[in-house]
Amino acid sequence: MKKDTIAAISTGMTNSGIGIVRISGEDAFSVADRVYRGSRILSGEPSHTIHYGHIADGDDIIDEVLVMAMRAPRTFTGEDTVEINCHGGTYVVSRVLETVLKNGARAAEPGEFTKRAFLNGKMDLSQAEAVIDVITSQNEYALKSSLSQLKGSLRNKIKDIRNKIIYHTAFIESALDDPEHISVDGYGETLRRASIEIMDDLKELIRSADDGKVMKEGIQTVIVGKPNAGKSSLLNVLSGHERAIVTDIEGTTRDALEEQIRLQGLTLNVIDTAGIRRTEDIIEQMGVDKAKEYAREADLVVYVVDASRELDENDDKILELIYDKKTIILLNKSDLKTVLGEEDVRKKLKEIFELNGKSFTPVPMIGISAKEEQGIREFEETVKSMFLKGSLSFNEEVYITNARQKSALSDALESMEKVVGSIDAGMPEDFYSIDLMDAYESLGSITGEAIGEDLVNEIFSKFCMGK
Amino acid sequence: MKYSASSVWENKDEYDIAVVGAGHAGCEAALAAARLGFRTVIFTVSVDSIALMPCNPNIGGSSKGHLVREVDALGGEMGKVIDRTFIQSKMLNSSKGPAVHSLRAQADKADYSRTMRQVLEEQEHLDIRQMEVTDILAEDGRVTGVQTYSGAIYRCRAVVLCTGTYLKARCIYGDISTYTGPNGLQSANYLTDSLKKLGVRMYRFKTGTPARIDRNSIDFSRMEEQKGDERVIPFSFTTDPEDVQIDQVSCWLTYTNKKTHEIIRQNLDRSPLFSGAIEGTGPRYCPSIEDKVVKFPNKDRHQVFIEPEGLHTTEMYVGGMSSSLPEDVQYAMYRSVPGLENARIVRNAYAIEYDCIDARQLKNTLEFKDIEGLFSGGQFNGSSGYEEAAAQGLIAGINAARKLQGKEGVVIDRSQGYIGVLIDDLVTKENHEPYRMMTSRAEYRLLLRQDNADLRLTKLGYEIGLISEERYQRLLEKERLIKRETERAEHTNIGTSEKVQKLLASFGSTPLTSGTTIAELIRRPELSYEKLAPIDEKRPELPYDVKEQVDINIKYDGYIKRQMRQVEQFRKLEKKKIPDAIDYDEIQSLRIEARQKLKQIRPSSIGQASRIAGVSPADISVLLVYLGSK
Repeated sequence: MKKDTIAAISTGMTNSGIGIVRISGEDAFSVADRVYRGSRILSGEPSHTIHYGHIADGDDIIDEVLVMAMRAPRTFTGEDTVEINCHGGTYVVSRVLETVLKNGARAAEPGEFTKRAFLNGKMDLSQAEAVIDVITSQNEYALKSSLSQLKGSLRNKIKDIRNKIIYHTAFIESALDDPEHISVDGYGETLRRASIEIMDDLKELIRSADDGKVMKEGIQTVIVGKPNAGKSSLLNVLSGHERAIVTDIEGTTRDALEEQIRLQGLTLNVIDTAGIRRTEDIIEQMGVDKAKEYAREADLVVYVVDASRELDENDDKILELIYDKKTIILLNKSDLKTVLGEEDVRKKLKEIFELNGKSFTPVPMIGISAKEEQGIREFEETVKSMFLKGSLSFNEEVYITNARQKSALSDALESMEKVVGSIDAGMPEDFYSIDLMDAYESLGSITGEAIGEDLVNEIFSKFCMGK
Repeated sequence: MKYSASSVWENKDEYDIAVVGAGHAGCEAALAAARLGFRTVIFTVSVDSIALMPCNPNIGGSSKGHLVREVDALGGEMGKVIDRTFIQSKMLNSSKGPAVHSLRAQADKADYSRTMRQVLEEQEHLDIRQMEVTDILAEDGRVTGVQTYSGAIYRCRAVVLCTGTYLKARCIYGDISTYTGPNGLQSANYLTDSLKKLGVRMYRFKTGTPARIDRNSIDFSRMEEQKGDERVIPFSFTTDPEDVQIDQVSCWLTYTNKKTHEIIRQNLDRSPLFSGAIEGTGPRYCPSIEDKVVKFPNKDRHQVFIEPEGLHTTEMYVGGMSSSLPEDVQYAMYRSVPGLENARIVRNAYAIEYDCIDARQLKNTLEFKDIEGLFSGGQFNGSSGYEEAAAQGLIAGINAARKLQGKEGVVIDRSQGYIGVLIDDLVTKENHEPYRMMTSRAEYRLLLRQDNADLRLTKLGYEIGLISEERYQRLLEKERLIKRETERAEHTNIGTSEKVQKLLASFGSTPLTSGTTIAELIRRPELSYEKLAPIDEKRPELPYDVKEQVDINIKYDGYIKRQMRQVEQFRKLEKKKIPDAIDYDEIQSLRIEARQKLKQIRPSSIGQASRIAGVSPADISVLLVYLGSK
């Protein structure tokens, strides 16, 4: 069932400060009651009051919190609202959100708080256009991030599960629609076995989600540059540095290396791309195309320039690709004889801006030597200050998308448990399809696929109907 | 008085409503319109073909049985007529949940037609006219009448099109084709062009029927007998169950085999479907035997049901073997089936192609969006089946009448009935084949059961004016009894007496450790309301249909409540209406695909918009905000 009370993290995903999880909707208080442990029950408290307590997932205390209880209509959305002020830290805030989602709220759609605020008359009419823009742009972003998050192997896994579910449902349904041609008697046992398998697969996916294999947090960072500019050495230096956590993330494409790096308290998902240059080699071209795609989707682009070589047309191409992104340019190989200075790159960059009819904005440039590990500290400081100034941000949408994916997996698992429950309780076969289709729909929300005519099509393509 | 050579007969003000076509849709439409007091004329190419069943000899079946009951609950005729003319009846899926139980009756085809014709003939305000309608007359986007092949003009204020499979119909088998409607009846060759001139978009669909075989040539000893139910349940809520306990006739089951499939495979190149001679789109759920053999090569056999066409004919319908193969192949193929070795074909199997409309041009009242007063129903709208036709015909007829009454059209939504699912699907979704009702199409099927069709729709039928005061009062009484008995069962305590434990044990149910209620016991899968009668001492005497509702309501309470919550969500979006005058081009943030679809279909509510393929949740959000700002 589509839950109508929504929740999301309403603050930026920084590692410092306070993180707020907002719950809005008719059931906001009852959801909060289920996760909040304090001296009193929240739903019995007056509006616009603040309470101290803990958020717990069952017996497991997650965080010490302050909770604001606000009743409709004097809230941002115009609905009952509970805001949970957590101690912060991306992990804790996301755990709190997950717990809230497990207890009856659903993950908010992009722009949904704003939309509700508007529809409940909390905003001026003139703001309608702006609200629409927020919804569309955030949707595009969420779609982009959710799809880019969903690596091929995971996507295929979910599709496999969906295919199994729809197959079994279609069999049951075809028998119900054409009982004289197809018999579903005794199918419960087969379906039970299949459901257990599907549940195991789902549990595995949820586990891997907890491991961070499915859902990644952090600033999407892409290292670009010509071949041999020193991109890989930079990545090695960064990942070997400080208390770096290096994770091999499954399912990454073979043509790009991806690592998760903690840097000055920030998390960077760094992708080292194939060098960008004009090439006739098809395989290499595919790698280059991929690199361009990553660059387009990145939050931060690190452009490594080989300072021992002159700029050429390949550099033009790269600059063309990244000039309007959040970029740091590293002039590498300061240990060698340099022929290229900051001024040369800046001049080139200006040309690119003019060519595109945009006014020039300066880009941080740092001279480094990946080999000698020089200039790395300065690079880190630059990233950090960009982040603190707000010119670089974690994409919280990525986070919300992740939370949504995980809660969709849990919903699907829950539905499959109900299928097995119905089988064990000796319910008639037509009851199985209700929960099977719920599971199918939940999984579809991860891969961005609606149900539409899927069931009817599956029935006709797989089973021979009568007349 | 002498008339000039060029004059035509013009009927200026004799009729309010004209119904074109007297099949299952047309009959319901005309009866509804006339019963609501409007002077109605129904046109047919042949009075002898009123309510004809040119394909299978049955009414009902999975989900179709639901439709018949809903038609009946609203005051339609189909259920009553089949109750008077059936020769065998079964409740399908009776071992499954109540939501998928479905009645299916074998009809005496000739008797069915004759009985329905009689109902029409005796209906006040209703005239039957044998004549082909060739033109729909309209002025300023409003229908003003129809014109017939003879040139005569019938002025009226609303028209209901129920032309079935007759528009530019062509029947085909092998390389033989005739330009006729079903059963060699005259096709209607002009109306399509008239509609096109009015801007109506047409499709070409295809369907088919198997051969009819002489009963005297069939060896039934090689087949399995299929009997009707011992206790027959009527379709109509007005039929006395005792009246339908008749002597039933049997159907017979046999199978195709490898030899049959071999014959078909070897002659596929002679099938008009595979050679490309048929251009129409055929239904996937009702495939010809050659389709089945091609699509499911691993199946060694397919079921074949031999069903009587009536009591006063020897013709038998060969269910499961519709075909458009040439005549010689048909003989070989049918005769390869056990029991049909010496089969004599009375009528060949054939495929039929016909014109129908893209139903997305209709409102959910079944009125054309661009032609006021023009309504349509049945296969003309791209559906298939007698029951689907009757359901649409009834709604189209009701709404044509309401138009003239100056009332808002009746729309049954997806949470109220299969009729709602059927019409919403037809007018919202892209449809490339004749549409058949299926229980899997109904999201809230646990609520839309055949057993509670009266509870769902009779009040509406009463408000419309097709249900008598007496029938309405009976319904209210039934509601009261159900409510009272459900509450009593919820509050009646059962102790752990020996009698109770013994009864539980006799049904293999776990003994009680402490007291409980009757309702709690009903919820156990192995028990039911009926089974608990011996230990439920204060139970009142109640009619069967009341007890049935109490049992279902209590037993499936959890599931039912869950669906009711889903329905609440669904209704919220249905209630958000989209004004006719909305300019989608003004909403820049809609994606192009969504904008095109919305402009084409012009949904009446946000709910309907959300069901259009190509309109995303984000587009719906944008629409909501846009409408909120107006």
